[in-house]
Amino acid sequence: MNRIGFMIEKEFKQLFRNKVLWRMMLAAPVLQLILLANAANFEVKNINIVVVDQDHTTYAQRLTGKFRYIDNFNFRGYRPATKLAYQELLAGTADVILVIPPHFERNLTTENRADVQLLVSAIDGTKAGIASVYAQTIIRSFNADIRTETIGTTPDGVAPERMAGLDVENQYWYNPRLEYKTFMVPGILFELLLLIGSMIAALNIVREKEIGTQEQLNVTPIRKHEFIIGKLTPFVLIGLIQFTLGLLVGRFVFRIPIEGSLLLLYGFAFLFLLLCVGLGLLISAVSNTQQQAMFVVFFCLVLFILLSGLFSSTDDMPQWAQIINTLNPLKYIIEVGRNVLLKGSTLRDMQTQFFTLLAMTITLIGLASWRYKKVG
Amino acid sequence: MIHIQNIAKAFGEIHAVQDVSFDVARGELFGLIGPDGAGKTTLFKILVTLLLPDSGSATVAGRDVVQDFRALRQMVGYMPGRFSLYPDLSVEENLAFFATVFGTTIQENYELIRDIYVQLEPFKNRRAGALSGGMKQKLALCCALIHKPDVLFLDEPTTGVDAVSRKEFWEMLQSLKKHGLTILVSTPYMDEAGQCDRIALMQNGQILAIDTPTGVENRFAKPLFAVRATNIYRLIQDLRQAPFTITCYAFGEFLHLTTQDGVSTGTIDTYLTERHHKQLEIKPIRAGIEDSFMDLMQHA
Repeated sequence: MNRIGFMIEKEFKQLFRNKVLWRMMLAAPVLQLILLANAANFEVKNINIVVVDQDHTTYAQRLTGKFRYIDNFNFRGYRPATKLAYQELLAGTADVILVIPPHFERNLTTENRADVQLLVSAIDGTKAGIASVYAQTIIRSFNADIRTETIGTTPDGVAPERMAGLDVENQYWYNPRLEYKTFMVPGILFELLLLIGSMIAALNIVREKEIGTQEQLNVTPIRKHEFIIGKLTPFVLIGLIQFTLGLLVGRFVFRIPIEGSLLLLYGFAFLFLLLCVGLGLLISAVSNTQQQAMFVVFFCLVLFILLSGLFSSTDDMPQWAQIINTLNPLKYIIEVGRNVLLKGSTLRDMQTQFFTLLAMTITLIGLASWRYKKVG
Repeated sequence: MIHIQNIAKAFGEIHAVQDVSFDVARGELFGLIGPDGAGKTTLFKILVTLLLPDSGSATVAGRDVVQDFRALRQMVGYMPGRFSLYPDLSVEENLAFFATVFGTTIQENYELIRDIYVQLEPFKNRRAGALSGGMKQKLALCCALIHKPDVLFLDEPTTGVDAVSRKEFWEMLQSLKKHGLTILVSTPYMDEAGQCDRIALMQNGQILAIDTPTGVENRFAKPLFAVRATNIYRLIQDLRQAPFTITCYAFGEFLHLTTQDGVSTGTIDTYLTERHHKQLEIKPIRAGIEDSFMDLMQHA
């Protein structure tokens, strides 16, 4: 038992001595959180729009005006012909073309309906989708304005209530202002734990193999489990410190709510860290050099992160991706992070995630230990 | 103290150790001599419980290397051929760490390492990675000794170490022997063999001979001459052509010539003078370990 203590002591001595690694491990969560949460943002700004006005009436001008004075759009001017506008779309200087056809105002007043054409460059799918939604919202609002204005003068005297129709108003729960940061921070928090827990732990153990100290230790009475526990405990502790740092940044810099129990959150963070170091251990067991370990970790991390639902909703992924995702620990822990932080979910709500993560942790550590036994 | 019986280990097609048996007595300094790839390291790893033998059995300090490996690890000190300590820990920290791993302290067994450690003491706060080669080797020896093992295994301790440090190192081993330690040391340098009580010559995973250094030398039965002339290159060509020659190798500035029985200095002199060699020097010599080893390798 004492030997584990000495292993941990030695490990911390080495870590403290590795100034670069030590600083990186503490600065990384804070920096990455601030950078990623600000950069990984789906708010679309600066959509370049050009307008082809073939009507030249007041209504056409008013519609264009709506686009001119909204932050998200960047009005780049009128173009005399659609062909010129297309060229801008090709050149990438315009993202959206609004074509107002001839007789726009006349159709709107006499037939009570008129069409406009909206051409959106879909090079960047997300941006295109959002730009198109924004544009439609603006046109709808223009439509509503015109209708209210003309209601008083409707010749057949239809009641204003019927004309106004049904208005649907959206309300976003748990993140009322649809803040992307609120949504991203809990995810990034756990993604960082995975990075530190698995990558640093794996590299650290493989390093002992590389410099031959593992073999030297194998000749001592130190037991395999003592070696493993001694190597991994520091990383779990450091992971918890990083988690705390990240949580503080999230709370005080990004003002994300902490609705659920902190104890539950830390419990999950601890479980997830065990899983991460278990993964690191397994990778270290199958690699002989830090280079190999690095590559395997990197492969796993990219896969986990892209499929995790951190950037795009997992529910929208194709069936096969969702099946692969049932094995993605990051997916579960991000669900936990978001639900507990933003919604205040309890352990009862999160029991699927809890048992899945627990099973994964046991499997990984079991597999890694078995693999170490076999080799050693 | 060490008892090895028919140990064999193969890695795929390569038979690293084949049917090796020998015994090492308590307090003996036993040398395992052989070229690179002879199987020395593999045999060491089996004896210090790092590898399992394919067949055969071995006991070290009365403990079976397979069955009692856990108890055995407390009783052996192992210094691998490659420096295997923590380069980012200081001299003292490395030593203290290995002491604690064995459940002891530096103070408790200081007696055994004192002679070596005093040389390291001025650098005790220096990181192990920043030490010179000779110092690294001394530190590694200290770490292997810190738990007062019964048997010490040194795998090529002098490879890549300068001549002065090599000499010092063997002096250290001689003084450790006085503490009653049994030492098994491997080396590819045959000139070091004379320092051992007994040596085993190993090649291609097999033991060619086990004897005292003098015993090994005495095994050499054929006439042996040291020959020198101005043109060494032509000399070796001519001698290898000679009808009486068995082998001819370069040994420093002389050629060592093994001949058939009944060949005298005169025979060789006549043969070489006919071939216009100048400043000839021919003298009969006693075989060294290297000569014996070359001879044994020829017949293996």
